[in-house]
Amino acid sequence: MALLSPDDTVKAQLMDAADLDRTLNRLARQIVEHLDDEAEPAERLALVGMQTRGVYLARRLRDKIADFEGLTLPFGVLDATMYRDDFRKRLRQPIVHPTDIPFDVDDRRLVLVDDVVYTGRTTRAALDALMDLGRPASVRFLALIDRGLRELPVRPDFVGRTVPTTPGEEVRVRLTEIDEADGVWLVGRPA
Amino acid sequence: MSEPAAALDALRHRHLLGLATYSDEEIRLVLRTAREFRAVLDRPVKRVPSLRGVTVVNLFFEASTRTRLSFELAEKRLSADVVNFSASGSSVSKGETLKDTARNIEAMKIDMVVIRHGSPGAAQFLTRWIDSVVLNAGDGAHEHPTQALLDLLTLSDLDLPRFGADRLRDGYFEGLNVSIIGDITHSRVARSNIHGLRALGADVTLCGPRTMMPREVEAMGVRVVDRLDEALDGCDVAMALRIQLERQSAGLFPSLREYHERYGIKEEHLDRYPDLRIMHPGPVNRGVELASEVVDSDRSVILDQVTNGVAVRMACLYLLSGGTVARDADRGEG
Repeated sequence: MALLSPDDTVKAQLMDAADLDRTLNRLARQIVEHLDDEAEPAERLALVGMQTRGVYLARRLRDKIADFEGLTLPFGVLDATMYRDDFRKRLRQPIVHPTDIPFDVDDRRLVLVDDVVYTGRTTRAALDALMDLGRPASVRFLALIDRGLRELPVRPDFVGRTVPTTPGEEVRVRLTEIDEADGVWLVGRPA
Repeated sequence: MSEPAAALDALRHRHLLGLATYSDEEIRLVLRTAREFRAVLDRPVKRVPSLRGVTVVNLFFEASTRTRLSFELAEKRLSADVVNFSASGSSVSKGETLKDTARNIEAMKIDMVVIRHGSPGAAQFLTRWIDSVVLNAGDGAHEHPTQALLDLLTLSDLDLPRFGADRLRDGYFEGLNVSIIGDITHSRVARSNIHGLRALGADVTLCGPRTMMPREVEAMGVRVVDRLDEALDGCDVAMALRIQLERQSAGLFPSLREYHERYGIKEEHLDRYPDLRIMHPGPVNRGVELASEVVDSDRSVILDQVTNGVAVRMACLYLLSGGTVARDADRGEG
């Protein structure tokens, strides 16, 4: 797929591939710090990536933590589509992607990973989905980009970068796993 | 993520009246979505809030146990509000027309209607008089689309050595041989399955007494054979249809015993065709369409069909529940 959609007008590149990698290094170390912090056994920590790009970010964080610490965290994939509350405003239902959490979430300390946090509605849906899968000991939230404009009381615990935006703008996170290049762009959308 | 770029992201239809007008990509979207809903059924909490605030009416003018139960479970697992309406004990027995019944129910502010009716075209008729989304749960001998979709989902899960990994799973049935055996003329299950199987590329063979075989059915792109062995030879999956016992008095077949003798799948067939899998839409007349041992054998996937029924119906309800703007293909349904 093309890197950005033809309707997008680029306002700024927020991160290039090197920036993205540096930010992920820092976030991986923060997760490790958090793990030390609470004197909890490391095997109770797990990463959960949100469909679709949160999955690839979580996977990269897992690999970095394995490099730094020699510790491979359990890893799951979450799709919160079935838990969204805004379907009635849409013309069509969003595509449902797989959820695959190959470990028991009960008593786990989870780090939920998403590419962008905006209104907070997706995060709310993800929390509901997680709670239906079990009773985690705690859930921390990591977002690569916090673009502000929250509609719900949701605040990420780990943030790659905070970027003030307006509702007419979009943040495009692109990852080589499914896109042509790594990077983050701020774009305008035609009204 | 794994979908090809051309994969559909929404149905082109506003209703599910039959599979005759559904495209292969629409069917694949339903199957993909159903797989994710099936995973919900294995979780500790078997319910998602996707249809919260949506009211679904199950309008059953014809007796049905498992289809009604399956739809109702699917609706409840999606957190919809469910109202059941069956013909007996209702105003229908007082002579109210389908149109009046439907409009009265809709005046109570509902969003979706699931209808089972003895007359072909009843679901289609309903769409002319009400604004709700309509799902056909069987209309006479016309179509029973959710049954066919659950059959297609079951087929797509089969682990057939001849097929490469994931080809069936992704809904590409080219080279798959499916035989449908029994009373084709009166079977809405057969009709919907023929449309769906042909759309996904499968080869379909029909077999049954001449008295139960529609004329010129070959025009649907199927092969017709007389003898059961012709239907089973080279066949991957045999779908046996339920024989309506009352058809015997209509003289369409001489006796149940003779039917079983000529068209019933027995243990000897499982021995003769070692890769053959067996499906049946239920409820089975043991010893008629299928020998009892065949029903219970590990070659039968009949219970998988039942599980898949709930998942497929969740997927259909979910995909059709979004939005109120008419889509392109609806005009073609008029």
